[in-house]
Amino acid sequence: MTDTYASLSLVPKTDVTITAKDFKSDQEVRWCPGCGDYSILSNVQAFLPELGLARENIVFISGIGCSSRFPYYMNTFGMHSIHGRAPAIATGLAVSRPDLSIWVITGDGDSLSIGGNHLIHALRRNVNLKILMFNNRIYGLTKGQYSPTSEQGKVTKSTPEGSIDYSFNPVSLALGAEATFVARTIDSDRKHMTEVLRQAAAHEGTALVEIYQNCNIFNDGAFDPLKDNETRDDVTMRLVHGEPIRFGVDNSKGVTRTEDGHIKVVNVADVGEDAIISHDAHAKDPGLAFALSRLSNPRTLENTPIGVFRDINRPSYDRLVREQISDVIERKGAGDLQSLLNGSDTWNVS
Amino acid sequence: MSKQVVSLNRVVIRFAGDSGDGMQMTGDRFTSETAGLGNDLSTLPDFPAEIRAPAGTIGGVSAFQLAFADHDITTPGDAPNVLVAMNPAALKANIRDLPRGADLIVNTDEFTKRNLEKVGYTSNPIEDGSLEPFNVHAVALTSQTVEALKSFALSKKEAERAKNMYALGLLSWLYSRGAEGTRSFLQKKFAHKPEILAANLAAFEAGWSFGETTESFSVQYEVASAALPSGLYRNITGNPALAMGLIAAAQLADVPLFLGSYPITPASDILHELAKNHHFGVMTFQAEDEIAGVGSAIGAAYGGALAVTTTSGPGVALKSEAIGLAVSLELPLIIVDVQRGGPSTGLPTKTEQSDLLQAMFGRNGESPVPVIAPQSPSDCFYAAIEAARIAIEYRTPVFLLSDGYIANGSEPWLVPDVASLPAIDADFATAPNHTNADGTEEFWPYLRDPETLARPWAIPGTKGLEHRIGGLEKADGPGGISYDPDNHDTMVRLRQAKVDAIADTIPDLVVDDPSGEAEVLVLGWGSTYGPIGAACEITRRTGVKVAQAHLRHLNPFPKNLGDVLGSYRKVLVPEMNIGQLTMLLRAKYLVDVTGINQVRGMPFKSTELVAAITAAIETL
Repeated sequence: MTDTYASLSLVPKTDVTITAKDFKSDQEVRWCPGCGDYSILSNVQAFLPELGLARENIVFISGIGCSSRFPYYMNTFGMHSIHGRAPAIATGLAVSRPDLSIWVITGDGDSLSIGGNHLIHALRRNVNLKILMFNNRIYGLTKGQYSPTSEQGKVTKSTPEGSIDYSFNPVSLALGAEATFVARTIDSDRKHMTEVLRQAAAHEGTALVEIYQNCNIFNDGAFDPLKDNETRDDVTMRLVHGEPIRFGVDNSKGVTRTEDGHIKVVNVADVGEDAIISHDAHAKDPGLAFALSRLSNPRTLENTPIGVFRDINRPSYDRLVREQISDVIERKGAGDLQSLLNGSDTWNVS
Repeated sequence: MSKQVVSLNRVVIRFAGDSGDGMQMTGDRFTSETAGLGNDLSTLPDFPAEIRAPAGTIGGVSAFQLAFADHDITTPGDAPNVLVAMNPAALKANIRDLPRGADLIVNTDEFTKRNLEKVGYTSNPIEDGSLEPFNVHAVALTSQTVEALKSFALSKKEAERAKNMYALGLLSWLYSRGAEGTRSFLQKKFAHKPEILAANLAAFEAGWSFGETTESFSVQYEVASAALPSGLYRNITGNPALAMGLIAAAQLADVPLFLGSYPITPASDILHELAKNHHFGVMTFQAEDEIAGVGSAIGAAYGGALAVTTTSGPGVALKSEAIGLAVSLELPLIIVDVQRGGPSTGLPTKTEQSDLLQAMFGRNGESPVPVIAPQSPSDCFYAAIEAARIAIEYRTPVFLLSDGYIANGSEPWLVPDVASLPAIDADFATAPNHTNADGTEEFWPYLRDPETLARPWAIPGTKGLEHRIGGLEKADGPGGISYDPDNHDTMVRLRQAKVDAIADTIPDLVVDDPSGEAEVLVLGWGSTYGPIGAACEITRRTGVKVAQAHLRHLNPFPKNLGDVLGSYRKVLVPEMNIGQLTMLLRAKYLVDVTGINQVRGMPFKSTELVAAITAAIETL
C-alpha cells in the first residue's frame, strides 16, 4: 500500500499495526455539538492508518479558529500556532525535515483573511504540505462575523445591513496561485473525503483541500443544497479524472465547451454525449480547472464541482532546497569552518 | 622621482562622491590593502537609502571613512585628515567635518557651473578662497583618467567610470599602500571583461604615477604596522561575522542551521552571507514577508534546527506576535535585529540603538526574551554564538541587537581556532520523563530542568514523545491546555524565572579603571564600545580619572551590575537613542544614571563624549 505514496518515501513506516483509535489524543474534543469538524476529525483519524507511517513522524500544524483546535485531538506531534501563520511555520518544518508528513489545518478566515499571503506563497512554492481548509463561510470562534467566503449580502453581527464584500472562491484563488493540487470535498461525505485525502497524500508538494463544513451555530445549513437528498444530485458535480463531466439526476447534465472557448452546463440531451468534455486533472494548463471552479453559483450552490480539480507533477520546494544543498556540497565539498573563518585574505602578526 | 616620506601614527581618510562613483568599493579596497600592511583599522561606510539618488545632489552623496594606525584603535575617527571629494555635492556634505590644515583632494572636472548650482554654491569654492583653511589638491580626476585610457576601446562614459580607481591609485601612493591586492581583486571582478579590467588597472597605475610625479603632493606618508597580539588576522565586517557566528554555533551544537528572512536594510547581508554557504548544509529561506520569516524559523526550531530570523526594527514590529508564540512554545530561536534609525521606515541606512525597549517589551503579555548586543564588527561572531547558547540551552527566543554601524563597519580580527570555541548542548529529549501513579510512563513537554528551568526539546520523529503545543496557556508539567488561574500565574512567573536564571551563566561586568580611583563610570552597550573606549582613553590622558564598563547582556543583566552602579558617584550612559538603557537601569536599580544621547544616524564622536564626560566630572 505504501507504493501509492511515493511522495512520502522519506517518511519512516510504522512497525506496528495502527488504527483510527491510535490517532485519538487524550484531550476532550470541544467543538459545539453538531459541528461539521467532528466528522472531519473522525474521517482523518480513520484514513491515516492507510498511509502506514510512523505516528511520531506525522505533524499537524494549525493557526487560530475553531478548526485550528484540530491538532490537540490528534495523537501525533502537533502545534496550535497563531492566526494565519500555519503555512509559514509548516514551511520551515517541511524544508528542514523531509522525514515528516505535515498537515496544515486551517479555516476560511485563518487562511484567506489574516493568512492569505502565507497560503498563496506556500501554494506557489509547492512545499510538501497537505492543507485542509475547513470552509464554513463564517467566523465561528469570534462568534459570527462574515468571512472572506461569505456570500455578498450576508447579514451578521458586523454587517447588520448585509456584507458588501465580494467573496473569494478558494479553488479559483489556489489555481491562480500556481497550486499543483486543488480539491474540494464535503464534511458529511466520508467516502468522498477519504478518496480526496488519499489523492492529496499521494501528491508531491502542496495539496489544498477545501472542505465544505457546516457551522450549525452561526451559519447552519450553508451547504444544505449539496447535502439534502432532494437537491444533492442536482447541484453536485463530481469530478473524476478522465471521465466525462456529467451530473444531475440520471446524469442528465454535463459540461460542454462553447464556441467562444468558455465552458457551460448543458442538458446532455440537448447537445449529445459527444459534446460533453472529460475532466483532466493532470492537464498542465490550469485553464479547465479554473473554468470549472467558476461554474458554481455562490448563493444557490448550483453546479458545484467537488473532487480533484488539479493534480500535476512538479518537484516540491523542500526537495529542490535539499537538492541544491547537495549539489553545492558536491561541487565545493562540505564546508570547513576554519577555512570559512580564515577567509581568503589574511596576514600574520608575529 | 622619490619624495620625502613622513611617518604618521594615525590617519583618517574619507572618500566621498556620488552614489554611482564607486566610493564604497574604493574604500573597501583601500581597507584591504591597509589591513594587509598590519595596521589596526576601523571603517565607517555612510551611504544614502536611495539606490541612485539624482546625480550630483547632496542626497546622493556616498562616503566611506577609514581610520588606520600603528596602534590599537577602536573608532573610524571623528574628523578626516584627508577628504577626497569627487564632486561639489560631496564637498558640501563633508567639508564641515574637515579640520583646518587637513588635506582636501577635489575632482575639479565636476566643479562645473551646473553642478555647483545644483547644490547651492554661488561661486566655485576651489577659486573663491573659501577652502583656504585646507591643503587643497585640485586634480582633474575625470579628465586625467580619460586621458590615461585613451588607447582603450572604451566610450568616454566607460572611461570616466574608472576615475575611482585613479583616485585609489593616488591615495595608495600617498599612504604607501600596496597594489597587489587591488590588482588581484580587479582581475577576479572583471575576469570576463578583459578590456574593462585593463582599463581599471591602467587607471589605478595612472593615479599612482600622478602622485609620484605631481608637485601638488610634496610628501608621501607611511604608517607602521600596529603591535597587535600575534596570530592570523583578517579584516572583518559585522554582518558577515554574525553570519559566520551562526554557522559556527550550529556546528558547535551539532544541529542544522535554518534562516527564515525577508530582505531589509541593513540586515540583508546576513542572508546573503548565509546563502553563500549552502555547502555547510545551511538552509536559507527568503520568505514572503517578515512574519513568514520568523514563522518558518519557528517551524524549523520545532523540527530541531538552530533557527534564526534576521531583520531590522520595522521587521521586528511585524514579527512580534510570532516571537510571543516562541516565548510560549519555549523553543530556541534567534532574532537578529540590525538596528537602524526609526520610527517607521526612519533612516534605513543609518545607525541607531533605539530598538532596545522594543526587544525588551514589544510583545503582548508577560513575555521575557533575553537580549544580547555585540560591541564591534568582530564581536558579532562571538555574540551570535552566545545567543545560540542561550537560545538552545534555555529553549527560548533570544534577541541579538546589532546595528548599522557595526554591521557595515570593519576591523582586523584575530581569527579564532575552531577547537577553542565552546560546545553547545542541544540535549534533545529521547524518552518519557514522567511516571504515573500506576507505573506507566508518559512524556510531559513542560516538565522543566530544575536548574535551568528549560523544558525538553522533543522533536517530531521521536517515538513515544508525541505531544501538542501551542500559544494557549499550558498546564505546568503535563503541558495540556489550562485556563486555571493559579496555573497561569505559575507559568508566567516560571517563564520569567527561566530568563532571570540565565544570569547564573553570564560573566560579571568588568570595569576598566586603571587608576582604581574613578568616581564616574561610563556605561555603554552595543556598538558604542569603540567611541566610549576612545573617549575614556583621551580623558585619562588629561589626568582625569574615569571608569568604563560595557554591557553585552541587556536581559538579564550581569549579576554584579547593581553593585557596580552603586560604587560610583555618577554613572554616565551614552546611547544612540534618547535614554532606553537609562530607563531600564533606573527602573531596576533605582539609580539616577545620566544619559548622553544623540540620534543623528552616526556613531558618537570621541570628542563629543570627552566633552560630556569632562563636564560631568567637573560638576561632581
